[in-house]
Amino acid sequence: MGTTASKLGKDLLSEYQELTFLTKQEILCAHKRFTELLTKDEKDLPNARVPMERILTLPELKSNPFRERICHVFSTSEDKDGSLTFEDFLDLLSAFSDSATLEIKSHYAFRIFDFDDDGTLDRGDLEKLVNCLTGETDDTRLTPEEMRQLISNILEESDIDKDGTVNLSEFQHVISRSPDFVSSFKIVL
Amino acid sequence: MLPAEKNTCVIHTDKCKDHITPLCLSSEPETSEADDHEDDDNEETEVRPESLSPEELEKLKEAMDERKKLIQSLRGKPWPMKQKLDTLRESQEFVEKHEGALGKGRGRKLYAYKVMMTKKWMKFQRDFENFKTACIPWEMKIKEIESHFGSSVASYFIFLRWMYGINMILFGLTFGLVMVPEALMGKSYGSIPRKTVPRAEEASAMDFAVLWDFGGYAQYSVLFYGYYNNQRAIGWLKFRMPLSYFLVGVGTVAYSYMVVIRTMARNANESGIGDDNSFNFSWKMFTSWDYLIGNPETADNKFASITTSFKEAILEEQESLKDDNIHLTRFLRVLANFLVLCCLAGSGYLIYFVVRRSQKFTLDGLENHTWWERNEVNMVMSLLGMFCPMLFDVISTLENYHPRVALQWQLGRIFALFLGNLYTFIIALMDEINIKREEENIVKFNITMWEASLYNGTLMENSTAPPFTIHPADVPRGPCWETMVGQEFVRLIISDTMMTYITLLIGDFLRAVLVRFLNNCWCWDLEAGFPSYSEFDVSGNVLGLIFNQGMIWMGAFYAPCLPALNVLRLHVSMYLQCWAVMCCNVPQERVFKASGSNNFYMAMLLVILFLSTLPAIYTIVTIPPSFDCGPFSGKKRMFDVIHETLESDFPVWFSKVFSYASNPGLVLPFILLMALAIYYLQSTAKSYKEANVELKKKVQMVTCNEI
Repeated sequence: MGTTASKLGKDLLSEYQELTFLTKQEILCAHKRFTELLTKDEKDLPNARVPMERILTLPELKSNPFRERICHVFSTSEDKDGSLTFEDFLDLLSAFSDSATLEIKSHYAFRIFDFDDDGTLDRGDLEKLVNCLTGETDDTRLTPEEMRQLISNILEESDIDKDGTVNLSEFQHVISRSPDFVSSFKIVL
Repeated sequence: MLPAEKNTCVIHTDKCKDHITPLCLSSEPETSEADDHEDDDNEETEVRPESLSPEELEKLKEAMDERKKLIQSLRGKPWPMKQKLDTLRESQEFVEKHEGALGKGRGRKLYAYKVMMTKKWMKFQRDFENFKTACIPWEMKIKEIESHFGSSVASYFIFLRWMYGINMILFGLTFGLVMVPEALMGKSYGSIPRKTVPRAEEASAMDFAVLWDFGGYAQYSVLFYGYYNNQRAIGWLKFRMPLSYFLVGVGTVAYSYMVVIRTMARNANESGIGDDNSFNFSWKMFTSWDYLIGNPETADNKFASITTSFKEAILEEQESLKDDNIHLTRFLRVLANFLVLCCLAGSGYLIYFVVRRSQKFTLDGLENHTWWERNEVNMVMSLLGMFCPMLFDVISTLENYHPRVALQWQLGRIFALFLGNLYTFIIALMDEINIKREEENIVKFNITMWEASLYNGTLMENSTAPPFTIHPADVPRGPCWETMVGQEFVRLIISDTMMTYITLLIGDFLRAVLVRFLNNCWCWDLEAGFPSYSEFDVSGNVLGLIFNQGMIWMGAFYAPCLPALNVLRLHVSMYLQCWAVMCCNVPQERVFKASGSNNFYMAMLLVILFLSTLPAIYTIVTIPPSFDCGPFSGKKRMFDVIHETLESDFPVWFSKVFSYASNPGLVLPFILLMALAIYYLQSTAKSYKEANVELKKKVQMVTCNEI
């Protein structure tokens, strides 16, 4: 890390500390890991954008069934290709950090689970969610009958206004009562 | 990105007034509206910088306060970083530009000074937070374990680290306020009888076997109660040693209570009111994935366990109660409980029997017996602690419970086992204390005879003979039951630790080595079938930790070296177990949630704390201290030191007030009042819970009606 473009300025560092839930150590560590993902030419660019495939080589994301959704949600690229700049990466780490609040975690969890990006979790989203959770192989998947039963149960529990979908406030209501959510919705570099 | 979301406005700052725009969840930058607002303000103040009317000053101040609040709350907003940066920069510009304007007029210098101090304070707080996070030990180790094994195994190590913190504080108290003052300012070794090894034991006092048993020079040192002198004030600081010893003993217990209850309250707060069943499926769906997992093998295990739990939950929902075989199941469960009770009774009797035998051995003289016979008590207790849980596991297969219920039963039984063993041990110890006290009376009588015989020789020559010097090692000594109690606890802890480490090395490491290397030349697949690699037993380890801590709390009053020993033990355990887990264990097949058990373990710790301080308190209050050893020798009861301090060190009116306050006529009504307060708080909490349920039903009814 010799060139100035790959070092964080002091002002920028303190602004990032102000705007995220990360400590100074964590921001510097994130910067180091991010620059490792850059190629030689990209290192000189001020706001380099790393394509999704390279982000997904990070060990913390590699085994995560929602890795692509996470990249899409935090990406600010115009092409919606899931590529991340360093600032997007910091946003990701901040939402997944230990000190992040329940509101921000539940907000981002909702966006991650919303596979079709329409602002609500309908049957299609929930089915894709279950399939992500039960793994790739056929013998671990649920039968269509079980899937139907499961989704009906979930909608019965969480859908308060009975419109067949779970919106953000219903989702946050369910999540806020869960004792495990905050501790399991964590990624630490 | 989310067109539908433009209509939902989540307002994060409570005091958001109307002229600051409600901050909606869109990805478009909000700077344009805020810019206009700023320009307006700019124009106002640039046009009339000096002559701001009071209302405008007020408005400006309000705007400033809200900007500052906005800056504080930016972290929690789900905006992209670019938007947050822009908002931050222009809010900061606004604040800086107008801080000068607000500062004009009265108290300008004071205002500027206040602002500067606030900024410096915030920077200091942030640096301190960074520093505190960097100071937390073993963070990287635990993170690695988390990514391989998930959060439930890591929760054990987090618990271990928390215990380490508590023990450090206890160590600081006992070391700094008890051991160091006596060592530095008290009389040195060999000056008075209680601080010297008796002549009879001198020859063997330096032997390793004796030292390992905490006899010899180890016994006559600051490590144990018996070494401390009962002089009221020592050294040039006039340090009140007996008072300090007593207060540190009380303080360690009080501190432990405070920490455990505070952690329990915090856990209870975070997990909310336990709505365990209403969102079963939704929680399984939305919160079951552990994002800390970074290892593909663990991820596969997690997938399998999630699938199994989905299928099980769906099945349970569909299944009706099976009526046939319920009598058989009930009979088997009663049989299992009966067997368990037999086990517990058997182990209790075994310990009692063994302790009695060891008393007989001590009377015969310890040198005549083998190593096993000398250490019988500790070995038997540790072996019982190792084998009985396995026995309970086998018995519980009769019961056919759901795994989570079976785990709770298992934990309860192991808890009962350890508790029974500990209390049997204490009862046997009480017997020994009584024996020692009778011995003490005999020794006191003997001493008077011995002194008379000494004087007999010189009385003829000089009736006003000066007290002649006898070497302290030759003075006959009382049996000092307090040091004996301290020694028993120290020996118990050491043997328990050794047993744990040996089980770890043999049960985990040796097994893993054998499975790995013999697999090539064995008939069946060792890795998949029996014995395969071991899993990390979270609940067993946590229980072991809790019980060890209970023994520390029990013995710390009589052996000030116990917290130091425990700190060392936890330190070694952390490294050893981290290594063993990463090297020899495989991720669990059934992954149980850690957090649900968190408050359960805290509750057990609280119960153990209460139960371990009971015997210590009993001995302090009822048994008179030994006459020739320890800081309370010569007093009728140990707590007399408080009375003595009040009389001599405090002004007269203070002791009068204290005697009024400790009058039973005042204390009893106070206790009654506290009991009433507890009852009242309990009933209000219940009524709040009921109100909560009602409100929930109402919400559902209202929304149903609207459709």
